[in-house]
Parts: sequence; C-alpha cells; structure tokens
Amino acid sequence: MDLEILTYSFMHRALASGAAIGALCSVIGLFLVLRRYSLFGDAMAHASFGGVAVGLWAGLYPLWTAYAVSIVSALVITKVKDRYNISGDASIAVLLSAGIAIGLVIIGLSGGFTLDIFSFLFGSILLVGTADTALIITLAAAILAIVALLYRQLLYSTFNEEQARVSGIRVERINYLLVMLAGVTVVTSIQLVGVLLISALFVIPNVTAIMYGRGFKQTATISVALSTFSVVSGILASYVLDITPAGTIVMISIILLGITMALKSLGVLPRG
Amino acid sequence: MAETAGLTVRYPNATALDGVSLEVNEGDFMGVIGPNGSGKSTLFASMLGLNAWYAGRIKFFGTDIKKSAKYLKKIGYVPQKPSFEKNFPATVSDVVRMGLPKGSDRTMVESALKQLWIHELGNRRIGELSGGQLQRVFIAKALVNNPEVLILDEPVTGIDRQSIELFYSILRELNSKRNITIIWASHDLDAVKRLANRVACLNNKLVFHGESGAFFSDDSLVGMYTEAPMHGRHSV
Repeated sequence: MDLEILTYSFMHRALASGAAIGALCSVIGLFLVLRRYSLFGDAMAHASFGGVAVGLWAGLYPLWTAYAVSIVSALVITKVKDRYNISGDASIAVLLSAGIAIGLVIIGLSGGFTLDIFSFLFGSILLVGTADTALIITLAAAILAIVALLYRQLLYSTFNEEQARVSGIRVERINYLLVMLAGVTVVTSIQLVGVLLISALFVIPNVTAIMYGRGFKQTATISVALSTFSVVSGILASYVLDITPAGTIVMISIILLGITMALKSLGVLPRG
Repeated sequence: MAETAGLTVRYPNATALDGVSLEVNEGDFMGVIGPNGSGKSTLFASMLGLNAWYAGRIKFFGTDIKKSAKYLKKIGYVPQKPSFEKNFPATVSDVVRMGLPKGSDRTMVESALKQLWIHELGNRRIGELSGGQLQRVFIAKALVNNPEVLILDEPVTGIDRQSIELFYSILRELNSKRNITIIWASHDLDAVKRLANRVACLNNKLVFHGESGAFFSDDSLVGMYTEAPMHGRHSV
C-alpha cells in the first residue's frame, strides 16, 4: 500500500472520524444487541432519513433536522411501545417504515432526489470537513463519557429490568436515555456508512465480540477494537482499491465475523 | 418489619389481590402459599415497588413505600426464574456485583459467592450454568448487599431435587444464623411446613395468616389449599 495516502489531511479527518464513530457505535450497539434491539439503529437511521429530507426541503442544515427527528422518534417509539405493549421488533418496523415514507413523500414534494440525499444514504466519510470531524469526535467523547458515568445502571437494566428496578435503578429513565444516545449516535455515524448500512456498525462487531468475551467490559473492549479496525482498514482499503468505503467497512466486519464463526466451529473458541 | 393493609390490585378483567392485610415480623420465615393465579407474584411485585397501581398501603421498616424507595437497599430479591439473554457476556462475579454502588469492596462479591459455595464459579459466564447453580448465584446476588429481608418468588421452579434440598438448607441457615427475615412464595407445602414459622395463604383474598403450626394442624385449611377454589378466611 502506498503510504502517501496517510499524508492527506482529508484522510486524517476520515480516519479520526471513522475511529470515533466505530468505537461509539460498538459501545452503544452492545447494549442494543443485548436488549434484542439489534435493528433499532437501522430504524433510527431510516427515521433520520426522514429528518434529512425535512431539512433539505425546509432549507435547514439536514444533519440538525436529522438529529431532532431521530431523538424525537426514539422517545416516541419507546413511549408507544411501553404504552400499547407493542413488541420491540414491531415497533422498530413501524419506525423504520415511517421514516422512509416521510422521507420519500417530502423528497417527492421537493422535486426528486438530490446528490445530498445519496451521500446520506451511502455515506461520504472521505468528504468530511474539519468542523464535522470536530463535531463527531466531541459527540463521541461526550456519549462515551455518559455511558461510562452510568455504566452500572445501563448494564444492570440491560441484564434484567425487573431486578434493576428492585435495586432502585430508575429503569425507564435509563431506557429513554439509551434510545436518545442511540439516536444521536446514528445521525453522527451516517456520514461514515450512510443510512443503509448503519446497523452493521451497531450489530456485527458486537455479535463477533460476544463470541470472544467472557465479561462485559472485556466484550466491549474487543468490540471496540474490531469495529475500529474494520473502519480504519475499510477506509484505507476502499481508497486504495477505489471502491465505496461504507461497503468495504461492512465487508471487513463480516469477514471478521466469518473467521470467528469458523474458529468456533473448529473448536478453537468455546461453543456457546 | 413489613405490613400490608387492605392491599387491593385490580386488572381490567380480574382482581389479583382483594383487601390483603398481613404483617411480617423481624426474623420471620414466612411461607406465602396459594394456587397459581392466587396473587402471590402480584403481592411481591407490589411490595418491591414493581407495581404502583394498588389501593391500600404497604409499609417496610415503618415507612410507606410510596414515600421512599430507600427500603429497597435493605431487601434482597430472588425471582422465580431469572430471565436474561443466554449469551449475555457477563461472568458470575459481574452479575453478583450488579446493583452494588460504585467503589464497593470486591471482597463483598467473593464473600457472597463463598456463602453459597459457588466461589469457584466466579469467572464462569452466567449463561453456562445449570438451573441449580443459577439459583445459588441469584441468592448470592440478593445477599451481597447484606439485606435484612429476603424475598423469594417460587425460587426452585425447574430445579432438580438435590439442588432444591441444598437451597432449603441455605435458606434455613440464613434465617436462623444471620437473622434474615424471609418472605418466600412456594408451592411445596412440605417444605413450607418444615421451614416456615408463619404462613400466609392467598387465593386473591387472604385465606389464612398466622403461625405455620396452626395452618398445618388444621386439615380443613390444608385441604382448602389443595382443593381450589378456596373460600372464607381464617386468622390465628
């Protein structure tokens, strides 16, 4: 590989943003996967697609409207799920469809697809600017700090909500906080892999890490390492091979998962 | 130590608890019995603050539980069948530690595991354990905070006989040697007869509340338990 690519400032921004997003998605994703909310990231991404369309239609910066729509959608769907006793997967399907439907209707009203919409659908990490890089790193650090601060409450309410309640944890608040953090994480990460592949960052490194890790912290550390490796190597490989970064990143994650499953089948890793 | 007064829980199509008033004294080993659907789990859920939609009053340590949730710090709870994701990446020590305040002494976890003779399981993943081992882990978890009251909701469901007997001997020791008050829902009348000093018999209403000996020496009461539906109310 030509090391010259490491001297480009756009590549520095892409790698720094990508590593921050990789770490963030894997940590938030671990809680979602263990709550059987694996597709929540996908649903939030589709909701944010509606938010992006609203922003483009209204002439506002699309990321801000995507943040707003994502957070509101996350809170509303969580409330609706609890209030009407709708199952997790059904509520995710509702959110996912609603986001795309709103986006498509608004795009239709505004006269059709634009290049901006495609960058949100498929990501554009190599085009990320200095301000966006700073925003991504700041948000990732802030969200990871909140997770570290509330680690015990998040872990316990993920493990068993009833027992967490009995120990005095305000589980509803923690649940709302987690979906809000997931909403912000999704929108922050859209620039890396786009709406269509975002759930891969939430799910695949965690499914892989769970096969290696014994305790929670160990699993989270492995997941962050796998995710960051996939993102960094994916960005570099995509540039060298002149292919899409989003697809390359997800393909590397899938290859790592495939290797892990093969090791498990061969008995190198304990069967669970 | 704990009391309910006129505790009533109504669902749209049924009444789970109807005017249940009972008290539990310090050091009691209370067996809560009743057929399926008699309101045992609803009673526990209400006492543990998991169900706020009740009429009447519940007090722990002299304070209405709606006024403060601090009483939960003095309670250990063992659910009927702990549910969790089988592949959850947590060791036994991780699980026992959950719920302890940050910075808690690591030896508290080891000590709780040793009390239940499962300290060698500390580094095992929680999903790898048998039903009997799991139940001991969840008792260790309930004990790690040195509770004054232990609430157990039919804790031996689906566990082999040998593990059940070990479990009962642990409960007896906790009650007699550490003076932990135990409130225990069970379908095992023989075990309740052997272990509990007091009995509360539910069938949505409180059918009996009093000394264990009085319940088991009265064939009509025991018969009512085994021949649902139950009617009437006795108190000793």
